[in-house]
Amino acid sequence: MKRKLQNTTSKLWSAAAIVILLAVWQIVSAAGWVPNYMLPSPVDVVKAFVSEFPLLMENAKVTLAEAFLGLASGVVLGFIMAVLMDRFGRLYQALYPLIVITQTIPTVAIAPLLVLWFGYEMLPKVILIVIVTFFPITVGLLNGFKSADKDMMNLMRSMGAGNLQIFRYIKLPGAMSYFFASLRISASYAVVGAVISEWLGGFNGLGVYMTRVKKAFSFDKMFAVILLISAISLLLMKLVDLIQKKCMPWENKK
Amino acid sequence: MAELKVSNVTKSFDGKKIIENISIEIHEKELVSLLGVSGGGKTTLFNVISGLIPPDSGSVLLDGEDITSKPGNVSYMLQKDLLLPYRTVEDNVALPLLIRGEKKKTAREKVQPYFAEFGLEGTQKKYPAQLSGGMRQRAALLRTYMFSDRLALLDEPFSALDTLTKSAMHRWYLNVMEQIHLSTVFITHDIDEAILLSDRIYILGGKPGRIVDEIRIAEAKPRREDFNLTDEFLRYKRRILEKIEQ
Repeated sequence: MKRKLQNTTSKLWSAAAIVILLAVWQIVSAAGWVPNYMLPSPVDVVKAFVSEFPLLMENAKVTLAEAFLGLASGVVLGFIMAVLMDRFGRLYQALYPLIVITQTIPTVAIAPLLVLWFGYEMLPKVILIVIVTFFPITVGLLNGFKSADKDMMNLMRSMGAGNLQIFRYIKLPGAMSYFFASLRISASYAVVGAVISEWLGGFNGLGVYMTRVKKAFSFDKMFAVILLISAISLLLMKLVDLIQKKCMPWENKK
Repeated sequence: MAELKVSNVTKSFDGKKIIENISIEIHEKELVSLLGVSGGGKTTLFNVISGLIPPDSGSVLLDGEDITSKPGNVSYMLQKDLLLPYRTVEDNVALPLLIRGEKKKTAREKVQPYFAEFGLEGTQKKYPAQLSGGMRQRAALLRTYMFSDRLALLDEPFSALDTLTKSAMHRWYLNVMEQIHLSTVFITHDIDEAILLSDRIYILGGKPGRIVDEIRIAEAKPRREDFNLTDEFLRYKRRILEKIEQ
């Protein structure tokens, strides 16, 4: 009961901060300190969000489809990489530096190349998302696998367990919390990755929409789409939390 | 239930002899303690018996069968309960059966009858984190027993528990053993615990570790509540202390 109360009060504080920020923003715009076309007021943004809602949803569908497809492929790839690298030390030594290098290449730099190679359709976007999302998954899972308790594994071996059983009963479930921490990061990367790749070429999606309204100097619509992207990322992270709670029931029973 | 025969086992690490020429025997249904100071090679000997590490020389026989360097024949329990936090107690206990290739459902069914016997009734669906330290050790022992009812190696299983829990666990343990008669090798550095629980005690001493004495505890089982307050108990204790200090 007390805990719940504390939880509510801490949420109250963050809500208050957001409200104050919005209020200051509204006052600044209403007073005309910053010209309206440069910084639309929150009320304008909400109005734009409502009037553009059908169009936003249509584009969001495309972006989400890319994000999901890319994230799913990224997770699968990341998982396979982690398992193989954990199992074969040589492979780890060979690939790990390469994987790190893929992460040092700026997304904006590689996106136009992908468009050049794979066209304006969905494929280059999905590939870009795979590149940005598999990395956290691989690294997280690898850490999780490596953190498996040595005594636990010895005990399993003394019971006659093979590598596959040790993986199934110790390494994999033990790495779950690492996996979900990574998945949370990857999920938000996926949405941002999809938008960035759409900036650089495409026919629809939130990134394309964003470029279009920017060129028209409709900054209220620009803010509306930013709002939507943030909301989608937050929702996805929340979704990951929910899945985690479902998959790791022991965590809720401490 | 089985007989274990360890003959002339020697093991070194990095050129340093840890245990030398150790021979011990455990007869059917017997509880034998291996008593010695920390770092004296008890755990090394255990790892050899369990087959996790090969000895430099010597052999380990279980019911006449050579199990030297062959894991999977005797069950093993450590000071840490090593229960998997993400499995319920029953699924932890059933793990040895799953490893052996049994179906989840049958494995669960097979472990059920033992929960009452081990004083674990009602914990089946709980997670280890929801149990007290003593209960977790009980669950760990049950898992050990589910793996093999032939011979159990217990490496200081109760030493992480507080004194009161520990003596409650001793009573519980003796009680359970009255029913399941598991041949057991019990490692401890707690002299009272060794005298209280054992049929026989091997004292491991010196560097490298050798068997310096073997003591039979004549007190019949089940042991009386106040056995550890009797003169005989103290005589055993004095003899052991003298041997260890040598």
